[in-house]
Amino acid sequence: MAYNGDCDPAARAGPARTAIKLLVAGGFGAGKTTFVASVSEIEPLTTEETITAASVGTDDLTGVGDKRTTTVALDFGRLTLDERHILYLFGTPGQDRFWFMWNELSEGAYGAVVLADTRRLEDCFPSLDFFERRGTPFIVAVNEFDGAHRYAPEEVRSALDLDPGVPVVLCDARDTRSATSALVTLTQHLISAASAAV
Amino acid sequence: MGDSADRPLLDDEAGPLVRPYMASGGRTAPSAALDLLTLVWATGRLGPTQLEAELGEVLLLCREPISVADVAAHMRLPAMVVKVLLSDLIELGAVGLLSPDPAVDTTDRSVLEALLNGLQRRL
Repeated sequence: MAYNGDCDPAARAGPARTAIKLLVAGGFGAGKTTFVASVSEIEPLTTEETITAASVGTDDLTGVGDKRTTTVALDFGRLTLDERHILYLFGTPGQDRFWFMWNELSEGAYGAVVLADTRRLEDCFPSLDFFERRGTPFIVAVNEFDGAHRYAPEEVRSALDLDPGVPVVLCDARDTRSATSALVTLTQHLISAASAAV
Repeated sequence: MGDSADRPLLDDEAGPLVRPYMASGGRTAPSAALDLLTLVWATGRLGPTQLEAELGEVLLLCREPISVADVAAHMRLPAMVVKVLLSDLIELGAVGLLSPDPAVDTTDRSVLEALLNGLQRRL
C-alpha cells in the first residue's frame, strides 16, 4: 500500500514504507487465527475494531435498535518482507453478523486466502461470494485438519464451483512453511492476474 | 426486579466492555482519520512522561513507525479506543501520521514481486 503524506507536514520526514494487506477469510473455526499466527513474525495478536452499524435484526419493531456499536475481534499478523515492504495479514471476522466489517477490511487489500474446512465446506461460500463480487483476487486453501477426510484439490474445486483460474491448494494452517507456501501461491496468482489485466 | 438494588449494576462480565473506553474518556470517535494500517510515530515534541498514563504508553510504542493495528494489539485495547488516543497525540503534535493511500494500486508489479521474494525467503 502506498502512503500519501499530504495530511501532515511531519509525514514528509516519515518513513518510506509500503504496507501490503492480505486477508485470511473462511468460516468460523476454519483455522484463520492459526494461519495468521503461523505466518506472523510477532506474537499472534488480536485487536478489536469498534463499529457503529445498522442493526442486523430485521424484526426489530421498537425502533430503538437502529444503530448499535459492536466490537469485532480481528486477528492481526505482520511479516517484514524487506527494508521497504511489510506484509499485514488480517483474519476476517468469521460470523455472518460481522459482514459489514468486510468492506472496510478489504479496502486496499491486494488479495485473500479463503480457508476451507472440508468437514464444513459450505461455510466458506459467503467469503467466496464476497471476493468474487468485489473483484478481490483470492485462492482457496484447504486446511487439513486431523481426522478430516482428505479431498483432492480438484474435488474441492468442483464442490465449490470455482472458476478454473482460481488456485486451490492443500495447507496445514499450523505449519509456518505450509501457510507461507499458500501465500506464495496467492502472490503468484496476483502477479498473473495483474499481468492479464494489462 | 425487587433485588436489583442489592446487586451492582455492572458485574465482572461487563468489565472488558466498559474499561477500555475509560482510557478514551468515553469517546468512541477519533478526530483524526486513522485506518488500521495508518503509520504513526513520535515526533519528539513531547515525552511519554509529560502525558497521562495511556497516552504516554501509546507514545512509547510510537518510537518507531508503527501501524494503528499494531498499537491496538500491543495495548490490548479496541482499535477505536486507540484511534481516539492517537487523535489526542496528533492534536498535541506528539505524533505524526501517514495514511494509506485509498487509491493504492494493488496490481503494482514491483510491490507484488517484493511480496513474493519476501515470502519465498522464508520457505
